[in-house]
Amino acid sequence: MRKIPPPAVNAENQPFFEAAARGVLYVKFCNGCGSFHHYPRAICPFCASDRTEWREARGTGTIYACSVLRRGGPEPYCIAYVTLDEGVSMLTNIVDCDLDALKIGRKVKVVFKPTDGGPPVPMFTPAE
Amino acid sequence: MTIKGKAYLVGAYEHPTRKAADRSVAQLHAEVAQGALADAGLSKEDVDGYFCAGDAPGLGPLSMVDYMGLKVRQVDSTETGGSSYLIHVAHAAEAIAAGKCDVALVTLAGRPRSEGSSGTQPRVWGANLPDAPFEAPYGLVTANSYAMVAARHMHEFGTTSEQLAWVKVAASHHARHNPHAMLREVVTVKDVLDSPMIADPLHRLDCCVVSDGGGAVIVARPEVAKRLKRPRVRLLGAGESPKGQNGGRLSLTTSGAARSGKAAFEEAGVKPADIRYASIYDSFTITVVVQLEDLGFCEKGKGGRFVADGNLISGSGRLPFNTDGGGLCNNHPGNRGGMTKVIEAVRQLRGEAHPAVQVKDCALALAQGTGGQLGTRHASATLILERE
Repeated sequence: MRKIPPPAVNAENQPFFEAAARGVLYVKFCNGCGSFHHYPRAICPFCASDRTEWREARGTGTIYACSVLRRGGPEPYCIAYVTLDEGVSMLTNIVDCDLDALKIGRKVKVVFKPTDGGPPVPMFTPAE
Repeated sequence: MTIKGKAYLVGAYEHPTRKAADRSVAQLHAEVAQGALADAGLSKEDVDGYFCAGDAPGLGPLSMVDYMGLKVRQVDSTETGGSSYLIHVAHAAEAIAAGKCDVALVTLAGRPRSEGSSGTQPRVWGANLPDAPFEAPYGLVTANSYAMVAARHMHEFGTTSEQLAWVKVAASHHARHNPHAMLREVVTVKDVLDSPMIADPLHRLDCCVVSDGGGAVIVARPEVAKRLKRPRVRLLGAGESPKGQNGGRLSLTTSGAARSGKAAFEEAGVKPADIRYASIYDSFTITVVVQLEDLGFCEKGKGGRFVADGNLISGSGRLPFNTDGGGLCNNHPGNRGGMTKVIEAVRQLRGEAHPAVQVKDCALALAQGTGGQLGTRHASATLILERE
């Protein structure tokens, strides 16, 4: 199994990873413009409002793009962008499935995977 | 204010090495500086502006100006990865137009090959990166970042691996004439498709080389250019545009070239159809396809068809590109291909490319760079150059 590097937790992103440790996927919502964004910021990248808040995502989405890296590591792994039902896309891995069968547009759901000495991170697995 | 006609590329030099185990990075910078000055017919004493990016050791211009013993009145260390050097040329022209310097030196050098760099290994850009906690755990590397762009392009537009392979085939047809190129063997579409899969859908031969080396250019004001005994290459237009994930409203199939290209063409007052030669950043085959579309050489989504069947090969294709062999076959010094893009455009405009790949009556050229990663965030830079 690929060792998953721990995320660098800081004051701004800490709630995201605390939620991940509870099995919850957070996504940032801006009360200034009424839109979600990812990766999460204190100040909205769209309207520059600081009235952003953490919202619990549904945890489901579709694969926007994916690629299986087959060289350079102990085993192949799939990197992907998943477009959440909330409308924003996040970089992630698709796991616990046949990597060769993955396709853009496939429905996926969140799972949380431990990292090497840090908090768990959200990944996705086929929903059906 | 415009930079149109305000500055000339009077010197250009590409280091011949592709593996510099016996040299330091600073030394390579100094060697390419010497080369470009000699090419221009200038000396170190003429340089009053210095431009470098993150490949320069230490505190960029501060360290390198001291190391090389320059006496300058203008420095710039704009860092946008591999496109930095195109932006440096544009910023040097701005500085010249504003009277801040007369002769600007731009250098690039690196030793990633000697230092074991690979496109399948993560690169660390330091602490406090806001995006890294949301990317590093997932094994984001250069190859799988660009591979997602290719996968999405195929999904949206039906682009095929065969079409992407044509980009490498064209580069290899050019590289065979370059004695310094890392890969001089002509390859076929089948060779590309038969090479090992690195990150679906990109094969090994869809990837650029990893090479040591570097390059330098000299940008000078018209009065300086006119007293030098070299063919004159004039900067007509420039554009720069960073593009990222847009807060999660992602669009992987369009690059910053859509904006930087438009700005450069508008400033130059020319159209894509006027361009006789194009240096197009080629970290991967897909990089070329996306940029050609965004620059307006073909419609969005039709880049695969545009590059197929040898359309980028000098002498037979409609748009000769990367006649030095590009990053795909020749050289990608310091994992940064922007400098060599400028250098080969200068060679073409001077009529100094290899005779087998020299574009006839090459009066107008474009150089296009993309730094960072198309799959996450990158900065595009476009230059339009004219032979006077």
